[in-house]
Amino acid sequence: MANIMIQRGSKTEYVFYLPKRDLEDDIVSMEFNTPEKWGGEIKLNNGGCYYIEPQAAPARLPISLRAKRLDAAE
Amino acid sequence: MSALTREETEALIQEVLEVYPEKAKKDREKHLAVNDQSIEQSKKCITSNRKSLPGVMTIRGCAYAGSKGVVWGPIKDMIHISHGPVGCGQYSRAGRRNYYVGTTGVNTFGTMNFTSDFQEKDIVFGGDKKLAKLIGEIEQLFPLNKGISVQSECPIGLIGDDIEAVSKKAAKEIDKPVVPVRCEGFRGVSQSLGHHIANDAIRDWVLPRREGKAFEGTPYDVAVIGDYNIGGDAWSSRILLEEMGLRVVAQWSGDGTIAEMEKTPYVKVNLIHCYRSMNYIARHMEEKYNIPWMEYNFFGPTKVAESLRAIAALFDDKIKEGAERVIAKYQPLMQAVIDKYKPRLQGKRVMLYVGGLRPRHVIGAYEDLGMEVVGTGYEFGHNDDYDRTIKDMGNATLLYDDVTGFEFEEFVKRVKPDLVGSGIKEKFIFQKMGVPFRQMHSWDYSGPYHGYDGFAIFARDMDMTLNNPCWGKMQAPWLKKPEAEVEKKAA
Repeated sequence: MANIMIQRGSKTEYVFYLPKRDLEDDIVSMEFNTPEKWGGEIKLNNGGCYYIEPQAAPARLPISLRAKRLDAAE
Repeated sequence: MSALTREETEALIQEVLEVYPEKAKKDREKHLAVNDQSIEQSKKCITSNRKSLPGVMTIRGCAYAGSKGVVWGPIKDMIHISHGPVGCGQYSRAGRRNYYVGTTGVNTFGTMNFTSDFQEKDIVFGGDKKLAKLIGEIEQLFPLNKGISVQSECPIGLIGDDIEAVSKKAAKEIDKPVVPVRCEGFRGVSQSLGHHIANDAIRDWVLPRREGKAFEGTPYDVAVIGDYNIGGDAWSSRILLEEMGLRVVAQWSGDGTIAEMEKTPYVKVNLIHCYRSMNYIARHMEEKYNIPWMEYNFFGPTKVAESLRAIAALFDDKIKEGAERVIAKYQPLMQAVIDKYKPRLQGKRVMLYVGGLRPRHVIGAYEDLGMEVVGTGYEFGHNDDYDRTIKDMGNATLLYDDVTGFEFEEFVKRVKPDLVGSGIKEKFIFQKMGVPFRQMHSWDYSGPYHGYDGFAIFARDMDMTLNNPCWGKMQAPWLKKPEAEVEKKAA
């Protein structure tokens, strides 16, 4: 589990930020993206893949979350 | 010497690595790279923010340097206690030239050294009592201080003193903020973690202090974050922002005060100059207080104009107009500077090796003078710094992370730049080698270099160094003569 931050992006809807690794990348896909259910598996531009517990969409971004690494790019 | 091709640069790196033992070679190889603008993520070509290799000369500092020296130190109306043995505070005292306005020792304390001067008995029996006594003494001797920060040196963490408890108790007694900072020098691989720890201390101990209190804001409030006012940098930046109609509420932390920092959560936009040392707090404020932040670059007229426009784009037409007005006002002045110095500096090549922001930020300023940056590297940059650098640097230029003394010397010998920009530890090596050198940490006791006014000084200084007649006189006259005769005879 890693602390991550999800922000609004300019190119894509969301940007992923993992402070421990200085990894800042666009999120290319998110499994659930509705106001009621939001999160799940997220895929990054660099090929990495993380999982955040599905939850109600946050009222405001950026938001700090806990995420599980499924498949990192390196 | 003309620019190196990609193959030549790769060969150069291999040649320099040759002297290392196998294991060291493998480690250092990852920190040296040839720039390739097509790469999106720096991770693929360069490793950074890793522990330095034992046995080589690194130029890095420690977490205490990052916290006390960089982030907290310039806050002028607070007293920063170097808690631990006397040396750390004394040898770093006032070295960064963070200018400020005020009467030192009365209401500002920037260039003073406060230390608990640990002795053997403090290590054995703990230094908490001494710290409490010290805070009491400070309050008595310097009653106009606006707060105290306790900057831990290595022994504090090793012996396990509870500075938080002492600070909390003292804060109640003197009714001022007392901030414990756990920035023991052994934490992390470089000063970079010290910046992070300092940011976290500000987040926990400073920002919440004014929450919910009244603040008379305007729609044009901004905070300048990550400008340490070295040689007056923050001042020459601030006037530009104010001229275009913005109100600068806080300066972090050059010439800054704790009151300014407490008010920062009320600004509309955070403007970040040094991304490396202050992005943590900007990200925190974005999440907690909903304040957007942006990076800007005030080195060289091209980048200043670009940044002013980008900043103005976040505001209404009045500010946008203001930005254009400022750019138009300084344009002829800057053109005069460029006309004067460009012919003298055109085509010169520069190698840089600085801390966490300037290796990429000053590239624009050199380019404005017609100079080319052929190699750059960070002492303590992270991946995201290199991500940003790759775009700014030309193809096939050298990138070196946490370069060792040996590597840097070899690179300079082979690439033969006309100017090297780095710090005091490198200065005399290169000057003795006959390579013109500027300190890019302290501006070689000159400055400011930020903003339009700064660029004029920057251009003058670069010319002064590069075209100094002393570089043609590197050889003693009695050594020179016989050589000339030998040549004559040979001819």
